[in-house]
Amino acid sequence: MQENLHTHQEPSYLEYEGKHKGLGAWIFSTDHKRIGLLYLYTILVFFGIGVILGLLMKFELIAPGHTIMGPQTYNSIFTLHGVIMIFVVVIPGLPAVFGNFFLPLQIGAPDVAFPKLNLLSWWIYVTGILLVLVSLFTGGGAPDTGWTFYAPYSFETTTNMLPAVLGAFVLGFSSILTGLNFIVTIHRMRAPGMDWFKMPLFPWTLYGTGWIQLLATPIVGITLLMIVAERTLGIGFFDPDLGGDPILYQHLFWIYSHPAVYIMILPAMGAISEILPTFARKTIFGYKAIVISTIMIAFVGYFVWGHHMFTSGMSGTALYTFSLLTFIVAIPSAIKVFNWISTLHKASINVQTPFYWAISFIFVFMIGGLSGLVLGSLATDVHVHDTAFVVAHFHYIVFGGTGFAFFAALHYWFPKIYGRMYDSGWANIGWMVMFIGFNALYAPMFYLGIAGMSRRYYDYLPEFHSGNIISSLGAFVMAMGIVIIIVNLVRGARHGEKAEGNPWGGKTLEWTVPSPPPLENFEEIPTVTKGPYDYSS
Amino acid sequence: MHLHRDDTASKIGMWLFIFTEILLFGGLFIVYAVYRYENQAAFHLAGEELNVIMGTINTVVLLVSSMTIAMAITAMQRGNKKMAIALLYITLLLALIFMVNKYFEWGAKFEHGIFPNSEYLLSLSRGDILFFGLYFTMTGLHAFHIVVGAVFIGFVIYYIKKDRLHKENWQLLENAGLYWHLVDLIWIFLFPLFYLIH
Repeated sequence: MQENLHTHQEPSYLEYEGKHKGLGAWIFSTDHKRIGLLYLYTILVFFGIGVILGLLMKFELIAPGHTIMGPQTYNSIFTLHGVIMIFVVVIPGLPAVFGNFFLPLQIGAPDVAFPKLNLLSWWIYVTGILLVLVSLFTGGGAPDTGWTFYAPYSFETTTNMLPAVLGAFVLGFSSILTGLNFIVTIHRMRAPGMDWFKMPLFPWTLYGTGWIQLLATPIVGITLLMIVAERTLGIGFFDPDLGGDPILYQHLFWIYSHPAVYIMILPAMGAISEILPTFARKTIFGYKAIVISTIMIAFVGYFVWGHHMFTSGMSGTALYTFSLLTFIVAIPSAIKVFNWISTLHKASINVQTPFYWAISFIFVFMIGGLSGLVLGSLATDVHVHDTAFVVAHFHYIVFGGTGFAFFAALHYWFPKIYGRMYDSGWANIGWMVMFIGFNALYAPMFYLGIAGMSRRYYDYLPEFHSGNIISSLGAFVMAMGIVIIIVNLVRGARHGEKAEGNPWGGKTLEWTVPSPPPLENFEEIPTVTKGPYDYSS
Repeated sequence: MHLHRDDTASKIGMWLFIFTEILLFGGLFIVYAVYRYENQAAFHLAGEELNVIMGTINTVVLLVSSMTIAMAITAMQRGNKKMAIALLYITLLLALIFMVNKYFEWGAKFEHGIFPNSEYLLSLSRGDILFFGLYFTMTGLHAFHIVVGAVFIGFVIYYIKKDRLHKENWQLLENAGLYWHLVDLIWIFLFPLFYLIH
């Protein structure tokens, strides 16, 4: 990928040579673009591992009874799948990869506010991953509590909980530092003339996300430390024998882990809000409404955690309140969907791969969102609680929402990152295969859940067999789609056609610099006079 | 990278980090509130076991240390580095006094057989077990923050001596001061919650 770079006056960030050579030039680089790619590669590796674990579960569920593994192995595998996918892949996902790479570019800054802290975040992140991995190969075997580490499982299990819990704590710390860095960057480093309401929407969502990372993550941090204290020192915060209360653990856990869902989805919404105007070739509809709904989601998202616990035992007042708030938090998401659709209205749409991803994001996100209302309403939740329905719902949001947006962003910003273009024919095929596989995998689980199939069992009753067959086949189709997508992107990065500075006709600042961008991003810090999606000229 | 120095950014960053610290302790304060509500009598009686004099001394020690570090910042701003370094050493000394006090306090509890998972503690009521569990966790985590803050101050002293911090560049010292005030502030809440409420 080297030869095209000499046409730029300055060396690109990929070409630049600092103090260190080879791998050291990456893992000790404080350049936000290289750090973004470090996260990208780490996340893709662990995404692959998470997918393989998911496939193993789907293989087990292809027929009732013992297919390839017993209950203990199955418990460990769904725990690891959850821990890796949530803490290692999806929570850092868009902010750490595309936030790092494109936040400074989009607001016209040479880097983030604290570049060294940014590199430290990545190192802390890797340390957290190593701790999680240690739990697999040492002690009493891989953790088997589910990714939520619920009490009393987490202090009673004989499996190797400590490294996994500490790993999650360390990963949370990395997340906090990234959020802190982004907030300060947005406050201090916007280009001259870019007032708050001239800022593109992706940085806006990173801003909302940053505050959630900052204010919610410490709660799960201390909760995980309490689990550590419980296991090592025998302090019974959550052990009824010692006066503790397991339900309190659930509250503390979800006080973070529900807002964490918005850490996952807000930047995804931001990326979609970037992609749609570019391919609709007109300005985004309702810019301010999207900004305000972002802030609303970040704020109201703090007060809905109780809807994870409708069957755990709470007062009636608490139940009604949490249910009502859950319905309220759905409103700003719906506002966004309406704005996206309105952006497309009467647009002359340039249909390209990122657009397919964006539009399918809206489709799956709506299914995920509406099924969420089924869970947010008290009576129906009692019926489907802890069934396959819940699994289908949150995969439609976390994978269908964040995952599809991740791929949308990857295909959208790919030419800027690598200065090369992928093969769009194969990219479209990959998208199609994955979209079909995804829906075949998760849609039947809505039905299975309503019919009464519990989640987190390696076995099920024979009447659920046909639904599970479709679901398992869908899983393998989806995995095939992922392979096509990744292979195509890797080929594109290595041998693809050279990309121009602005292949899609985007209007935000990252498209004004060469592809790949030079080390310092902008030769001269730009002065902003217009809104971010101004197609009038 | 030729990024120019941005003291305001650095200060905002420190404040944001302080927010996360407050929420970290916030989780424990919630747990304290819930269990105090559920075990009022036991918490009342267990609180009387604590040594109010020791707690008061430590409170005064920390408050004075907050004052000395604030004075060190003013000294730096006026360019009096010798005075700043002396005041920071006094701050460290006060931190040490706090920790020594804490050592004797915890030591006395251990001698009476009160420590997590001890035979004696487990023979007490559930409210007592929770009270002392929270006591050791919260004051322990706070003591850990004292150590972190002291290390931070140690680095600042080193930087001042190396002339990397001076009259025109003292933001790192102010950040250390902010952090130290946070540690102080948390103690201001821990002290009445454990020692004074009866």
